[in-house]
Amino acid sequence: MLEILKTRIRQKHRTIAFPRELPVMPDRFRGFPLLTPGKCPGACDKCADACPSGACMADEHGNIKIDMGKCIFCGKCSSICRSGAVSFTNDYRLASSKRENCITSSANLPDLALPLPANLLKLYKRSFKIRVVSAGGCNACESDVNVLSTIVYDIGRFGIQYVASPRHADALLVIGPVTGNMELALEKTYKAIADPKIVIAVGACAISGGLFAGRSDECHGASAVVPVDYYIPGCPPHPVTILDGLLRILHKIDGNEPERGRLYS
Amino acid sequence: MSQSIYVKMHNNEAMDLADIPDVAFGEFKNELLSSVASGGRIVLLSGVPVEVMAGKEEEINGSAIRLVCVIAWDEEGMMKVSSTRVGKTYPSFTPDCPQAHLFEREIWEQWNIVPEGHPWLKPVRFHAPYRIANPKATPEIGNMDFFQLHGDEVHEVAVGPVHAGVIEPGHFRFQCHGENVYHLEISLGYQHRGIERAMINAANKKRVMHYAETMAGDSTIAHSLACAQIIEALKSVAVNPRALSLRGIALELERLANHTGDLGALSGDVGFLPTASYCGRIRGDFLNMSALLCGSRFGRGMTVPGGVAFNVDEKRVLLLLERLADACNDVSGAIGLLFGAPSVMTRFENTGRISRQVCLDFGMVGVAARACGIRRDARSDFSSGIYNFVHIPAMVWESGDVFARAFVRWLEIQQSIEFIKSQLSLLSEGEIAVDTHEPQAGGKAVISLIEGWRGEVCHFAITGKDGNFIYYKVVDPSFHNWAGLAMALRGQQISDFPLCNKSFNLSYCGHDL
Repeated sequence: MLEILKTRIRQKHRTIAFPRELPVMPDRFRGFPLLTPGKCPGACDKCADACPSGACMADEHGNIKIDMGKCIFCGKCSSICRSGAVSFTNDYRLASSKRENCITSSANLPDLALPLPANLLKLYKRSFKIRVVSAGGCNACESDVNVLSTIVYDIGRFGIQYVASPRHADALLVIGPVTGNMELALEKTYKAIADPKIVIAVGACAISGGLFAGRSDECHGASAVVPVDYYIPGCPPHPVTILDGLLRILHKIDGNEPERGRLYS
Repeated sequence: MSQSIYVKMHNNEAMDLADIPDVAFGEFKNELLSSVASGGRIVLLSGVPVEVMAGKEEEINGSAIRLVCVIAWDEEGMMKVSSTRVGKTYPSFTPDCPQAHLFEREIWEQWNIVPEGHPWLKPVRFHAPYRIANPKATPEIGNMDFFQLHGDEVHEVAVGPVHAGVIEPGHFRFQCHGENVYHLEISLGYQHRGIERAMINAANKKRVMHYAETMAGDSTIAHSLACAQIIEALKSVAVNPRALSLRGIALELERLANHTGDLGALSGDVGFLPTASYCGRIRGDFLNMSALLCGSRFGRGMTVPGGVAFNVDEKRVLLLLERLADACNDVSGAIGLLFGAPSVMTRFENTGRISRQVCLDFGMVGVAARACGIRRDARSDFSSGIYNFVHIPAMVWESGDVFARAFVRWLEIQQSIEFIKSQLSLLSEGEIAVDTHEPQAGGKAVISLIEGWRGEVCHFAITGKDGNFIYYKVVDPSFHNWAGLAMALRGQQISDFPLCNKSFNLSYCGHDL
C-alpha cells in the first residue's frame, strides 16, 4: 500500500490544462494547412500531383485548395512546393460542423465547428455520452479517441464518457471508411441510439473514405450510411484535435480565438 | 531435404520468378508436411494466378492458380519457397498440418479453390472471390455455421461486431456452460478494406507507402518498413547506417508505446487502477517521442523507400534521451507495482494458458509464442536493417498464460529502452535517405519479414515485366495468432475473456486487410 502511495506521488499530476492553456504540440506536428495567397505561381500542379488522397488541388490562377476531409496530413504537398505556398502549422483546431468547412483555400479560411443548438446544449453540456464505432478504421484513430479517457486528457472532467450501450449514448462517433462488412452494424447502432442524437465523423476515412474511397460500393465514409453532424479531420487527428472538437460541440471553448493557422504566432 | 522442391529465399532479397520451383502437387505437399513436422513454420501459403507467376501484368479470368508456400526455420534463420499448380480442388493440408488452416480458407475465399477435407472451411474476410464481378458473390458477413455445443444448461454468448470498448470490430461466439467456456469461435472480416488488391492497382502508385502505413495503424512502422524494404530490394538500394538506426529507433518506440499501453489495459482489466492510469499516460509519452521524430504519434511519414524522412540533430537527440529516461523511471515504477500486487498475480497466473504444443501447431509468432517458451523473433532470426548490426535476444517465458504474455512485454520494454539509448548515442554520420529513382526490377519475387510489436509482419510481392507490383500479399502476425486466442479461452471463465483478449491484443484490421 505504501509503495502504491509513494508511486502515486512520484507519478505526479499529469492532466493538461487545456482548454485553459494552449497545449504544447510537437514541433514537427502537421496541423492546419496554411495556404498563403499570392505565393503559388499557378499552373504548377506539383502539390496536387504529390497528394496521395486527392485532397490538394490547385488551379491555373494560383488558388490552392485542400480538402481536410480527404487529407491524410502526410505533408507531401508542402515538402514539394518550392514557393512555400503550402505549410502545415501546429494549429490543432480542425473540427467543423459542415462538410464544406473542411475545405480550406488560399482565398478563404473556413469556420470552425459551431456548438450544438441551445436545446441540445441544455441536455448535453454537462453530460455527454458517446458510443464509438470503428467501421474499418486502422486502429490509429481508435487509439487516439481512446486515449482521451486517460489521465492526460481526462474527458471525464468535462462530463464526456464513452459508453458501451448505444441505448445510453447521446452521440455516435464513427471511425473508419465504413467497409461493406460494417454497414449494417453501423446502421443498427445508429438506430439503437435514442433521439435526439448527433453523429461525429473522426478521421479522413470517416469523413470521405480517405485512401480507401473509390472502392466500388463501399468505403465512402460515414455519411454514406448515417447523417453526420460534425467532422474532425486528421489521419489520425491528434487527441487534442479530437478533444478540441468535442469541447466546441459542447460550447466549452469560448469564441475569442486567433485566426486559423495562427494559433501559436 | 530435397534440393529442387523448395529453394532458399532470403529476407529482403529479390529473386527471379523463374527460380521459384513449380513442382508436382504430391512432392510439394510431402515436403511441406515433413518440413513442418521437423520444426519448420509456414510463413506464407497463398494462391497466385499462373500468369502472375510468369510476371504478366494482365490477370486472366479463370486462369489456373499456383499455391506458393514459404517455410521458415527460425533457429537456422532459413526460408525456403516452392509452388505447385492446383485445379478447382486439392486435398487439404490442414488435417496433417494445422498451421495451414487459415491460409487454406483464405485461398478458398480469394480464388474459389476448395481444399477438400478441410475440417472447418468457412470464410475469412467475407468478400467476393477475386476476378469475379458479380456483387451477389459477396457472402453475408458473420453468416456461417458456428461450432455449437448442445445440452442442458448450455448457452451461447455472442459478442460483436460492435464491442463494449473503443476497439475494432470482430465477432466472438462462446459456447458456455455456466461461467465455463468450452469453445470460442472468432469470426472477423468486418475491417476488410481490400488493401492487398489496392496495392497492385496501377491507379494507386502514389499510395503504396500510405497503404502500408495503414494496414495496421498501430504498427505503422513495422508494416511501412516491410514495404520499404521490398521496394529497396527491387531497386537494389542500400540504406545508410544513420537511417537504419533511426528506423530501428522508430520501430522500438512503436513497440514501447504498444507494450506499455497493453500492460496498462491488462491492469485495468483486473481492476488495478494505479498502473492502468500511469501506463495510459506513459504510452502517450512514447507516442510523443515518435511525434518528436516525425510529427506523427504513430510514425506516419517516417519511413520512406531509401531511408527515413526525418533527421535528428544533437538537441533533438538530447531531448529524446531525457524523455526516454523519464519514461523509463515512470514505467518501471508502474510495472513494479503491477507485478508486486498479489491480487493482480492471482488473476494473471494460469489464466488463458496455451501449451507450447498448441503454439507450435498453429505456427504462432511474436509475443504470444515467446510467452510459451518458443524463441522466435524476426529481429534475430531474419535480421534486417539495424538488427544486422545489433543482436536482440528473444525474450521468453515458459508458462503460456496471461502473466507470461504480460511479463514478456515488460522484458521487451526494458530491452527496447536500452536499444534506443545506445542507438541515439551512436548515430553514424551521413544522409538519411538515398535516391530511389531507379525503376523496380521486373519479374521478381521478394519477401520481407519485420518483427512488429505483436510479432512477425510478412510482406510478399511480385513484380511484372516493368517492375510494377502485380501481386502483394500481407501476413500480419494476427493472422497466425487469432487461433491462439480461441484456444486460450477453453476451460476459462467467460469473465476472463477481456483479460485474455488484451493479453494477446491482436489486430483486426491487420487480419482483415
